[in-house]
Amino acid sequence: MHDHPTRRSVVFGTLAACASVASAAADDDDPRKEKRPQKGDLLVFSEGEREGQTITPNDLKIGEPPIHAWPKDAANAIVRDGSRLNEVLVIRLDPRELDEDTLPRAADGIVAYSAICSHAGCPVTAWIKATEGNDDVFKCMCHNSEYDPRRGAQVVFGPAPRRLAALPLVIRDGALVIAAPFIGKVGGQQG
Amino acid sequence: MTITSTAVKTCAVKKWLLSSTVAFTCLTAPAAVAGPIENYSPVTPARLENPEPGNWMLYRRTYDGQGYSPLNQINTTNVKNMVPAWTFATGVIEGHEAPPLVNNGVMFITTPMGQVIALNAKTGDQYWRYKRELPEDLFQLHPTNRGVGLWQDKLYLATTDDHLVALDAKTGKVLWDKKVQDYKKGQYLTLMPLIVDGKVMVGGSGGEFGVRGYVVAYDAEDGKELWRTFTIPGEGEPGHDTWSGDDWKSGGGSAWMTGTYDKDTKTVYWGVGNAAPWPGGMHPGDNLYTSSVIALDPATGKIKTHFQYHQNDSWDWDEVDAPMLVDLQRDGRSFKSLIHPGRDAIFWVLERTPERINYVNGWNFVHTDVWKGIEPETGRPIVDPEHKPTLGKRVDFCPSLWGGKDWPSAAYSQNTRFVYVPANENFCGGFTGEKVPLVPGQLWLGTKPEDIGLTVRPGADHFGELQAWDPATGKKVWAHNFPKSQLFGSVTATAGDLVLVGGTNDRMLRAFHAKTGELLWEQKTNSGIMGMPVAYEVDGTQYIAVQSGWGVDAQRIQDALAKGNIGLEDNVPQGGVVWVFAVKK
Repeated sequence: MHDHPTRRSVVFGTLAACASVASAAADDDDPRKEKRPQKGDLLVFSEGEREGQTITPNDLKIGEPPIHAWPKDAANAIVRDGSRLNEVLVIRLDPRELDEDTLPRAADGIVAYSAICSHAGCPVTAWIKATEGNDDVFKCMCHNSEYDPRRGAQVVFGPAPRRLAALPLVIRDGALVIAAPFIGKVGGQQG
Repeated sequence: MTITSTAVKTCAVKKWLLSSTVAFTCLTAPAAVAGPIENYSPVTPARLENPEPGNWMLYRRTYDGQGYSPLNQINTTNVKNMVPAWTFATGVIEGHEAPPLVNNGVMFITTPMGQVIALNAKTGDQYWRYKRELPEDLFQLHPTNRGVGLWQDKLYLATTDDHLVALDAKTGKVLWDKKVQDYKKGQYLTLMPLIVDGKVMVGGSGGEFGVRGYVVAYDAEDGKELWRTFTIPGEGEPGHDTWSGDDWKSGGGSAWMTGTYDKDTKTVYWGVGNAAPWPGGMHPGDNLYTSSVIALDPATGKIKTHFQYHQNDSWDWDEVDAPMLVDLQRDGRSFKSLIHPGRDAIFWVLERTPERINYVNGWNFVHTDVWKGIEPETGRPIVDPEHKPTLGKRVDFCPSLWGGKDWPSAAYSQNTRFVYVPANENFCGGFTGEKVPLVPGQLWLGTKPEDIGLTVRPGADHFGELQAWDPATGKKVWAHNFPKSQLFGSVTATAGDLVLVGGTNDRMLRAFHAKTGELLWEQKTNSGIMGMPVAYEVDGTQYIAVQSGWGVDAQRIQDALAKGNIGLEDNVPQGGVVWVFAVKK
């Protein structure tokens, strides 16, 4: 159990999840870096050996843990890593498992959600078996909230008050593209 | 006179009586509204050094940290008649860990998310409320606050976005606001500031993010930073050689609880957290001053001396709960002690002198498999390497990472001369250490967060354990066991020979007989209680107050227990309420 390769990779993903991605075209205080994901943005790896590279549908396989990503304004070569609220989890699921709200936002089973827990704003880092049930789910390790990405990332365990914000995707010219801004509020509750 | 004050007077002219008659009288009085506090009593140095019996103006009421009230109107005889006098919903969720502070009839509450509420301590009517506007990208691993510091006519709030804010005590208006560190790098504050001689002292949280801990002092008047002392010595400073390479730069040692203060020697005693990350193999050496108590000169911040409870911490056993200052009689002599029931499962009795902290005695107050003993001359615990987490190997140990007693405070009764400990027994845990890179602002534990376990010892018949110890002899006087709950709440003792504590998942506040441990009274509240009960007096009537509001680590333990399917309550509702009790006449 403790050497489960998927879980191990999740941990390394956790620690590097918010590593800053260098952008050659924009300086650090460019306001476009803080702007939330926009329609037409691409997604890039936010960590690992391919940090900064564009994520394509072929990078995602059913059964694998989510990829941590930043949106990228491709036209202006701006990675929107200026706010941790822009961090996104991207995962490929079996389209047959997606509910009626989730399926239209998915691109060939690939779905994306905000990586920020709606409880206290911690990063959602784990992809592990749910506390209740047998499916793997997103989990925030700060206070144990769990989200099911098959059902719009609704809360299935823990103190989180609402689902993760969803980021609709499409595949265009072989690339994974953001189809619309976040659906739902991003970030933790404040009171 | 404000409408609020009028309402108070209307109730006050009646003989104090908790009955439907009085309730009706109060309800028909003019409705209370928010407003400034009139005739506020400035909190002077003399009042803090010798507080009136009816007030609770410091974290543990007195600088010595004993958590003891000299009030005895509510006592072992009449506590059975104690009933709610008033309640107040804070409207905030998560862990309400602050004591209700009381200064001559005015109560100050703090809540998670950085709110401060001023209430009439007799009626529960609100004077004003301050709401901190927290950054939208802030994340809070510990969404809580443990109280405001009181000084003259000001209040001081330490926030989770790492600011220190001065408020006007009468109005709640912001007087100044200082950035202490950068929340984006995992620095945050949850403690009640300690104020001595016009210096507002706070210690930083964030050891789990690989920060370097510190205590910092600000001028109470204008917020000017006066000194900052790091809990991990830098190059050229004494103790630096207990670290390897650059480990000290990210070595933890956060100082996230309020210190205690010896006014005679002008020495502040501050508890220091564990080394970061958790596995000791990632920071070889003794790692001063982690898992220690440091003695600070409040005028300069200079570290006078220290005592390290255990070396090269590898269990997440920070020792941030500051030691109590108690005059002890032991082995035919009197001495000034420091008493600290540690997270490391050792009940520490130390001697404090102006120059040194000497080891006197130590014993295990809950089961542990980590220590083989304690070196009698030095007080250095002898570790069993089989139960010390290391890199690349699963290691289990007892007690769990939450320790024998976490941050919730013990209390010392000047009547019984016993120490009352909110202990947890029969919990163990473990993890596999992993070498992972540090990313500023991200958790840096040195293990998989999802593998951090809470296990139960075979045959365990209880978990929480309220203990009474005689610190002079080292003998346990009595204990009350909780078969179906952890005990995660601070303890308060009173001269009425009561020991008050919440901390259990059944939402109870309880009163025990300080001499015998007999359960005398209990009341189910809205949520679980993590913070400490207080005793205070207004117009000749004694009250007991506490905040009920479950969350943070009490919730984490509860989740772990529920997940372990050992039949414990898995649904403790959240939401903060101030409860105030008095004896029905």
